Amino acid sequence: MTPKKAATSQSPKIGKAQIALLERLSNAVGVSGAEGEVRKIVMAEIKDLADDIKVDALGNVLAIKHARTEPALKVMLAAHMDEVGFMLVEGEDGLYEFETVGGIDARQLPGKPVLVGKDHLPGVIGAKPIHHTTADERRNVIPVDVLRIDVGNENGKKIHPGDRATFATRFQQIGPSLVGKALDNRLGVTTLIELLRHAPAHIELQAAFTVQEEVGLRGARVAAYALNPQLAIALDSTPAGDLPSWDGEESPRYNTKLDGGPAIYVADKGTLSDPRLIQHLLRTAETYGIPCQMRQPGGGGTDAGAIHKARAGVPVVSVSIPGRYAHTAALIARLDDWQHTLALIFHALQDLTPAILDTDRS
Amino acid sequence: MKSLIKKLVEAVGPSGYEGAVRDLVKAEVAKLADDVRVDALGNLIVRKGKQRSDGLRIMLSAHLDEIGLIVTHVDENGFVRFTSIGGVYPRTLFGGRVQFLNGAAGVIGGEKVDSADKVHALDKLFIDVGAANKADCPVKVGDLAIFERPMIDLGKRLVAKSMDDRVAVAVLIETLRKLENSPHEIYFVFSTQEEVGTRGATTAAYGIDPDLGLAVDVTATGDTPKGTRMAVKLGGGPAVKVRDAGMLSDPRVVRWMSDTAETAKIPYQLEVLEGGTTDARPIQLTRAGVPVGCLSIPCRYIHSPSEMVDYSDVQNSVRLLVALLSNPIHLK
Repeated sequence: MTPKKAATSQSPKIGKAQIALLERLSNAVGVSGAEGEVRKIVMAEIKDLADDIKVDALGNVLAIKHARTEPALKVMLAAHMDEVGFMLVEGEDGLYEFETVGGIDARQLPGKPVLVGKDHLPGVIGAKPIHHTTADERRNVIPVDVLRIDVGNENGKKIHPGDRATFATRFQQIGPSLVGKALDNRLGVTTLIELLRHAPAHIELQAAFTVQEEVGLRGARVAAYALNPQLAIALDSTPAGDLPSWDGEESPRYNTKLDGGPAIYVADKGTLSDPRLIQHLLRTAETYGIPCQMRQPGGGGTDAGAIHKARAGVPVVSVSIPGRYAHTAALIARLDDWQHTLALIFHALQDLTPAILDTDRS
Repeated sequence: MKSLIKKLVEAVGPSGYEGAVRDLVKAEVAKLADDVRVDALGNLIVRKGKQRSDGLRIMLSAHLDEIGLIVTHVDENGFVRFTSIGGVYPRTLFGGRVQFLNGAAGVIGGEKVDSADKVHALDKLFIDVGAANKADCPVKVGDLAIFERPMIDLGKRLVAKSMDDRVAVAVLIETLRKLENSPHEIYFVFSTQEEVGTRGATTAAYGIDPDLGLAVDVTATGDTPKGTRMAVKLGGGPAVKVRDAGMLSDPRVVRWMSDTAETAKIPYQLEVLEGGTTDARPIQLTRAGVPVGCLSIPCRYIHSPSEMVDYSDVQNSVRLLVALLSNPIHLK
């Protein structure tokens, strides 16, 4: 594909500063319903980038960058701040029973180091070691209700039922890859901060850093009601299931692939994307020579699922950065996919005019 | 009315892509309506009348969309893998023919199954579009298809794909045509994305903010050999819904509908549906809440490529709606 316009000249770059910000956001703890630590970083980063910033009743950060020209299209961009994790239920002597928050596979848990509570107290998800298990036991998944988070006797006095916990993974860049916990969706959050920094003059940009996405798109629902946008784009992270199969056979199910560029949604469990917006993104990608891929239609969902049903309806589309091992202790994404996602949305906004709504949805 | 039904059921409009069906409806209602608009989700909203002092703002809703399929993968030999849009039963698929929105056609095949009485799971099926390889394949990931099936007229009964809910779309168009004098401000909503979770009616109801809502949709029957136990049958008249899995009709609306049918001597039946729901649900739950009901057209083999309705039920549905909407309404 030969680009008709050079993408490189004006689109914002992912450099050292952006990666450092992603690192801070990835390492921060912000399990659904307790996003405060992430929100604090976001608020500090955007304080000079937006004209109007507020935190709503559920904890969403709603930042408006006014258009400098008329007529301006009101565009909502949403990226969720929360991550999947755990909530302590009850315990004593530093051993706590817990529940999962958001979609976590119980098979991922035994032996994983975690951080507990606001003070990030270190702990481990404990399970009987191999010495004390039978062959039969080792064939079965250990259910969450028999696992315990072990923080030790002393720290056990400092934690309480209702405290959140998350994986203790520290962010690293490994060559072309980014490795960390909660990159779903701190990648989207960092991207949204950059888009706010490079907001086009002709768009009324409504940046929503949302809460409680992982437990059912709850923050986005009230954010969209409050912002009442004319159209919206959800920025998220989506699984890449592109591992080779054991027999080398072509796999028909992968959702997305690493190195394929930003993943554009047509249909997921919660949303049928607006075809006008899908076409606009595909045209933008072609014009600027930005690689992109279609996410395989199917399950899953993003904040778009709540946004499009707000009030009298909102045209929406979702774009995600692909990542392997989503909702585990470590996700792997590619720097290039992130860069291309930022470029795609940046140019899509630059080239977006109210005329996109002149024709009815097909 | 049969030719209108035929035109509507043979049009292509899976959820989210209802434009072609909407255009047909637009052409039918253009001269009959006081206002016609399309909202952000593609709902066609047709207003008839201005609210008089003894009238209400009423929202009627029949959905434009039909269930369908969407491409998830094209393999190196040009076979197309897919998933469903809306409630598609895998047992209705093998050997069926599909039509893509871009005009391409195909037939559904499946992987070898262990035994002849096994039904293919969705991910063991594929669409064969006659391509020799991937480059030759006329469709790509994200393209949509519907079941290709022309209508057949069996005299008393009509059979087609997407009777759910195009037959109700036809009923609303006919009602609009026949309604001469009404105290009400009536919004005929031809809604989108019902089959994926009544999404279009959700936003349409918010925008219209009605005093009263009625969905018009199809419902199942209990009149086939060893079928579901249900007191609704083809030819018994329009069904007045009492409940379904997502909505309890306002009892005052049920009484108003039943009493009106009795007075006008229109046959009707009461419907208790154990699964599924209709656009009445999001209308009921919009804003501060709305009294709702649902007029259902009995239909056999729902969500198969051959859905059957009784033509007299269709005509009586129009008669009942006209009777319901022609006079002031006092819910009690």
